Order: sequence, then structure tokens, then C-alpha cells
Amino acid sequence: MTATTAGRPVVGTHPVLEIEDFSVTYLVDPPVPAVQHVDLVLRRGEILGLAGESGCGKSTLAYGVTRLLKPPAAITSGRALFHSREGYAVDLSSLHGEDLRAFRWDKVAMVFQGAMNSLNPVLTIRSQLEDVFTTHRPQMSRAERRARCGELLERVGVDAARLGAYPHELSGGMRQRVMIAMALALEPQVLVMDEPTTALDVVVQREILREITRLRAELGFAVVFITHDLPLLLEISDRIAVMRAGRIVEQADAVTLYTDPQHPYTRRLLASFPSLTGDRGDFVRASDADLADELLEETVQVVADDDPAAGTSEEETA
Amino acid sequence: MRFVLRKAGFYVVALWAALTLNFLIPRLMPGNPVDIMLSKLATKGPVTPATRDAIEAMLGTDTDASLWSQYVGYLQALAHGDLGTSVAFFPAGVGQVIGQTLPWTVGLIGLSTVVSFVLGVGLGMFAGWRRGSFVDNLVPAATMLQSVPYFWLALLLLFLLGSVWPVFPLSHGYDVYTFAGPEPTWAFVSSVIYHGTLPALTIVVSSVGGWMLGMRNMMVSTLAEDYLVTAEAKGLRPRRIRFAYAARNAVLPSLSGFAISLGFVVAGSIVTEAVFSYPGIGSALLMAVNSNDYALMQGVFLVITLSVLGANLLVDLLYGVIDPRTRARS
Amino acid sequence: MAITTQDPALAAEEAVEASSGRRRRSLPPMTLKLGVGLTVAGAIVLFGLVGPLVVGDPSAVSDIGLSPPGPGHPLGTTQTGQDVLAQLAYATRGSLTIGFVVGALTLALSAFFGVVGTFVGGWVDEAFSLFSNIMLVLPGLPLVIVISSYVPQKSVWLVAVVLAITSWAGSARVLRGYTLSLRNRDYVLASRVADERGWRILAVEILPNLVPILASQVVFAVIFAILGEAGLSFLGLGASGSFTWGTMLYYAQNGLALRLGAWWWFVPPGLLLALFGAALSLVNFSIDEIINPKLRAQTRSQRKRWRMTREQLHDADEVTA
Repeated sequence: MTATTAGRPVVGTHPVLEIEDFSVTYLVDPPVPAVQHVDLVLRRGEILGLAGESGCGKSTLAYGVTRLLKPPAAITSGRALFHSREGYAVDLSSLHGEDLRAFRWDKVAMVFQGAMNSLNPVLTIRSQLEDVFTTHRPQMSRAERRARCGELLERVGVDAARLGAYPHELSGGMRQRVMIAMALALEPQVLVMDEPTTALDVVVQREILREITRLRAELGFAVVFITHDLPLLLEISDRIAVMRAGRIVEQADAVTLYTDPQHPYTRRLLASFPSLTGDRGDFVRASDADLADELLEETVQVVADDDPAAGTSEEETA
Repeated sequence: MRFVLRKAGFYVVALWAALTLNFLIPRLMPGNPVDIMLSKLATKGPVTPATRDAIEAMLGTDTDASLWSQYVGYLQALAHGDLGTSVAFFPAGVGQVIGQTLPWTVGLIGLSTVVSFVLGVGLGMFAGWRRGSFVDNLVPAATMLQSVPYFWLALLLLFLLGSVWPVFPLSHGYDVYTFAGPEPTWAFVSSVIYHGTLPALTIVVSSVGGWMLGMRNMMVSTLAEDYLVTAEAKGLRPRRIRFAYAARNAVLPSLSGFAISLGFVVAGSIVTEAVFSYPGIGSALLMAVNSNDYALMQGVFLVITLSVLGANLLVDLLYGVIDPRTRARS
Repeated sequence: MAITTQDPALAAEEAVEASSGRRRRSLPPMTLKLGVGLTVAGAIVLFGLVGPLVVGDPSAVSDIGLSPPGPGHPLGTTQTGQDVLAQLAYATRGSLTIGFVVGALTLALSAFFGVVGTFVGGWVDEAFSLFSNIMLVLPGLPLVIVISSYVPQKSVWLVAVVLAITSWAGSARVLRGYTLSLRNRDYVLASRVADERGWRILAVEILPNLVPILASQVVFAVIFAILGEAGLSFLGLGASGSFTWGTMLYYAQNGLALRLGAWWWFVPPGLLLALFGAALSLVNFSIDEIINPKLRAQTRSQRKRWRMTREQLHDADEVTA
């Protein structure tokens, strides 16, 4: 597995999303901590991968930041700061009611896992794309809306004639593309993608990923890409954060994480994927003698990249 | 289009089954309904051979004619719209009796059921939307009401609102002492409304709980679906989410339940009309049973079945419009 | 009317997913709802069993005529001086008997057409399904009235059979939905591949998973049967020689109990009917909570157990405000 050397767009150093000391707990009896004191920075235009096994809290973190948590889950500490292109900063937990609603999708949009059920089964695609505009851009005329929806679909590689279709008439890959189109409707600055390709077969997955990277290059939004598939992140992300039991155990840029993982858990994760090279049976026979459980108890957050606030020059990751 | 044809086809089969049942039942039951009917008719006047033949065609005798040819004869008579002569309402024909009583039933029962459904589903939608809110307090009350047998509730309300506090009239569809029959005057119409309110109220009160509970449960289920999270994340207005995303999906089972309940509505109408002496088709059926008027009974059964099947077909088609997946599945 | 408005196929999916593996907890957890339901229903059943043994003769007429509750007659007397309490006890026994008999018959019919037919598959499944749908759509009460009107002297068995015939279709459809879902489960397919005999798969794999829904359908069936029979008797079309709550109401109506204000005559039978129905509905709700776990999580008692402040709860609920 090699990190691609295809030219990556220039990634800014200025943060677009700062997550500080963020904790989410399920307030049942006894309380279950799902996310614990997470510090994460998303820089403008970068793809940040968030990796970890099922149940480690990565989705909960995303839902917490975007204020989509349902009781009994609640944010118990920390904050998420959004730095807009226009220059101002917004504390996401301070938004309420109408402000929160207006903020949603316009600045931060989401693409969910399993688009099987993420689209309303009784409405047409057009209706679901258009209601984003009728809600957030009421001044648009009907004709403009129609045209824009057609454009959006074309941009993600779906024929605009599919606007009149219902979700059940589309294939999985197409539905996911529609979700992406919908997410990009208002040209958000951050796109949070929660396992967007997990339910798709590998060929379709590759196409979707290419779309995402292409669109990112075109439009310049930042992406938080959540998945358990670490090799996938190694391919497309600029930086990767590894999560375990609600905490970030390691954060580094993709190449460094692959070539020089610091934390034992990261090493274990990397070793958990069979390689396309090497002898047959290597994977199954590999021992974890050198990954003793005591080491895994460490939850020290290791940060390997430069502190953005220190103002280092823009990096070119190649 | 295929969807419509398939549905219509099913109901045609069901209708055929009902007709056949109607044909077979008098012939399978012990006793000789033909003789009973003829003797009843004879008390009203001389019975012509034509009448005798008609009754035999309808109810069957132990003549040499095979079952099959009797069946064909029966269907032919029906195709001509000949339902026979009524005994209880002699000399009126069955068709005439039905024509006079059916509108009352459709008006009262149909209207009340629709009101009950809309009200119940609406309340259920609000109860499900705001979980843990005060509307939830209506739920145990609705549960209790649901278990109360309809006719007892009707009796109770009649007692309370007709006798104890005489707010409403005790019986009939309109004021029989003032009006000889239906007339197109405002006074008549208002009398109808006045007399119809209490029966309608009993129907609504007894069935609204069921719709409310069903819809509420479905709303709770639907609100946990993924596409609701998408809708929220999109920052849509709560109104849009509630109606186009949540309710429209949640109402689907209630709608199919509504179709099933139409059969019960008809059953309920018989009881309603019995309690309130309402001049509808249910009253006619009961009168027919009590006077062994088999012709009227068969005619009423047929018309009731036809109405129920027709209403079911309409609801099925409506369901197909609201939920595009059903059209694809068929 | 307690109609299951949940889509059977969807509910079946959730039910089967809710069970961890192939066996699930067979008894519902004791909640207040379930406790109240069982207690009230049990009390009424007890009254029906024991009551007739301790009260006086229900058909003994006396000169008192219509009289309100008083010494000697805790529930007053009817128009012909008969003791209402005694009548109530016998009526309870009558109603419950018919209810359970019809309930059992309905269960047998709906299980046969719903479960067995679906399991066998093929044209049998299609035929049974069509039959169920037709029976479902034909109006029940008129059919019952028509059938029973041709027989002047109706026995209890005839009424029970006719009631069962007209009410099994709804249950059959629900059961069919569940069985369809179960039929395609992996472990059933595995059994088939292992060449297990059909009836064995049915008995060992499918039926145990259907127990909650079967229980729920039985409860429905009993409620419907008692209500249906009461309705018939009230219209004067019940079984001759039987004495049920409906019969009492029929006599009360004919004895002008309403106009004469004799509430002690027509309130008790209806009240017991309502209470029994309500109690069984509560039991059904508890069973429902096993079948649909999503409902469980949202009840008020569950929400009260969360350790959230009002503010947190308000914030969290805000998204759907």
C-alpha cells in the first residue's frame, strides 16, 4: 500500500473547525461515556480521517459536534468552534432554535452511512433536493431551483433525468451520490461523512471516493471522513486521527501514521488489514506478541504534526 | 396502471365470493326459507307464480334444477338489478327500500368515520412528535375508551345526553312528528343535523382512541428512522419535517388499518342504528331478520358488501398514491 | 377498536432482530401496566367462575319490580324483580366461556391459514393468502347476522363457530407477515439445507419465535369474540339459551332501563365488558413492547430514568421542536 503521489491541493493551516475538550455521555444509570475529552482541529480544505473500530465513539463525536444527538446522549464538556470563511467564529453549542436551523447544512453538511434509509422513501429526489433550497434560499425562483438541482446531480455524475425518481428506484451507489449532491447544495465549508461508502461494493466505492476528492479540489471544502476502514483513509486523507474508547489515541498526517505509527493501538489497527502483497497466510498467522495488552491501556494522545497556531508555512504533503 | 388493475381484480374476485356466499348460505342452512317467505308474503296478498319463481331462484328449492343452473339464474337476476320484493316493507321492492335507507347510513357513518380518522391521526401525530409531553396524558384515557364496547358507550351517552340532560333527541334521523318525509328545506336539514349529532358523537368518541394510539406509535417509530436525522441535519423547518418526512411515512399503516376497519364500520353502523333507531340500512337489515324477510336481507347484505369492497378499493388506491413503493412492488 | 396499525412485515423484522439469537425472553417483564391488566382480568374471571356458585337464582322473579340497589339486592333488581347481581355473575360466566371458545377457534384457524400456509409456500401460500384477504374484506357482522338468521334456534356452538369464521382473517394476515419474515431467516434456511422435516422446522424454529405475537393475537381474538357476541346478543341475535353480558343489555334495553333511569341494570354488564377489554388491552400493550422494542425506549417511565437535567433534555429535544 503506497500513499498516492497524485497532486494534492494546497491545504491551509487555518482551522475551520476546532473541537476542544469535547465529551459526550449517555446519561443513563450508570452513565456511559461515549466521547471523552477530544481535541481535534480540522483545517480549511483538508480531509481529516477519523478511524476506529465500531463503538469507539467516532459517529457520536460527529453527531455531538453537529448537534444531532438524541437523549439520553448529551454533551457534557467542551465546545466546537466553527471559523467561517467570512472571518467570524461561532460556538456551535451556543446556537439555538432558528439560528441553529439556519446554520445547518449551510456551513456544515453531513453525509450519512447507509443511504438506503437516509432518503425519505415517499418523496422524489427532486423534492428532497429542492427543500434544502426552499428552506435556506427562499429568494430563489422555481426555475432557478430546478436548474440548480439538475446541476447538482450532474456534478456528482447522476443523470438529471433521475430527479423525478424515488429513492427505491435508484441503486445504492446512486443514492449515495444523491446524498453527496444534497450535501453540497449550499456549498458548505465542512462536510462530515459518516461511513459513506461502507455499504457499497468496492468498485462503486472507488468511484464515490474519486468524486469526493474531485469535488473537494473544485470547491475547497474540508471533510471529516469517518470510517473503520483505515487503509481507505491512508489513500485519501491529509491527516488521520485514530479513536479508541472515546478518546483520540493518535493524530498524524497520513504518511507519518502509516510509516511511523506511535501508539500500540494504531499499530494493531494497521496490522489488522490483510495486505495484497506478501505470502499467503501471513495475515492469519501473524502474532500479537509485541502488542501486549498493557501497552494498549495507554491513552496518551500523541500529536505528530506541527501545532497550527505556531504558524509554520503551508505544507505540501506528497 | 398495473397496480390499479391488480387491485380492482382482487375486489372483483371478492365480490364474486360474496355473491356466491349469498347464493349458497340459504341453500346450506337447515329449514326451508322459501316456504317461510311465501307464507309471510301470502299474508299480505295473493302470491303470483312469477313471484314464487323469483323467490325460488333467489333462495333455492329442492327442485330438479341443478345447483349450477340455479346459480346462473341467480346471477342473471342480479345483473338485471332485480333484488325481489320486500316482505317487511311490502309492497316496496328491495331496491327501493335500500335506495331510501342507504343515504342515511352513508351520510352518518361515513362522515363520522372520516372525522374520527382525521382527528385521531392528527392527535396521534402530535402525541408522537412531542414525546413525553402533555398530549401523552391522553393516551391512557384513549386506551380505556378503546376497550369500551361501542354499543354500551352509545347507550351511556344516550342516557346522559338524551335522558339525564336532554341535550339531544333520543331517536330517529329527523323529527318524525314534524316532517312526513325528507324535504329540501333548511328546517329539515337542521333537524337531520340535530338528530345525527349524538350518534356521530358516539362513533367518533369510541374510535378516535384507536387511531390516535396507532398513529402515535408509528410516529415514535418513524422518528427514529435515518431519514429523519437527515431532515434535521438539513436544517429544515420543523413543520416540513413533521408533515412531509415523519407523518407521511407514519400514517401508512393507519391508512391500511382504515381500510380494514371499514368492515367494522359497517358492523358498527348496524348497532348504532339499533340504539338510536336511525333509519339507515342497518335498521333495514335488522327488520328483515326479525320478519324473516330473506329477500331484503340478501339485498342489504349485497349492498353492504359492495360498499365495503368499493371503499376498500378506494383506500388501497389512495395508499398507492401516497406510498410510491407499493406501486413498484406489485 | 384495537387494531394493530403496525405494518406486519416491518414489525416482524424488528421483532426478529430484537431477539438475540434464536431464543428470546419468553415472559414480558412485570410492569405496572401488565400487573394491573392481569389483576383486573383475573378478578373478572374469578367472578365468573365462583360467582354463580354463591349468588342466588338469576331467573327468580319477584314482586319488587324495578328497584335500585338496596338490602338483599346489592345491584338492584330488573323489571321483573330478578336480582341483577346474580344475573351478572351468570352473564360473566357465559360471556367468558364464549370468549375463550371463540378465541381458541380463531387462533386455530388463523394459525393454520396464516402460519402453516405461509411456511409451506408456493401455490398453497398464494391461495391461503387470497382466501384470507377475501375473508378479511367481507363485512363480518352482516355475514354473521345473515348466517345465523336462517337458523331460528341457535346453539352456542353455532354462534361460536360463526363468530370464529368471521374473525380469523385479521389475525391470519398479521401472522403471515411475521412468518414470511421468519421463513427467510438464516437459521431456518440452514435447517432446510440440513434436510430437516418441514413440520419439525415449523415446531422448533418458527413457532417459538411466534409465541409473543400469537399471544397478542389470542388476546385480541378473545376481546373481539366477547365484544362480537355481546353485540349479537344485544341485537337479539345471540344464541338462544345462553346468558351473557350482551343478553343482559338486550333485556335492559327492552325493559326500557334507559328511559326509566335504571342505571344499575345496564351499567354493570357494560362496565365489566369494558373493564375486561381494557385489562386485556393492557396485557397486549405489554406484549407489544416486547415485539417492538422501539416503543419501550420511549415510554415516559423510561425517560424518567435518564439522569438528565431539564435543561439538557430541553436542549436535546429542541431539534424536533
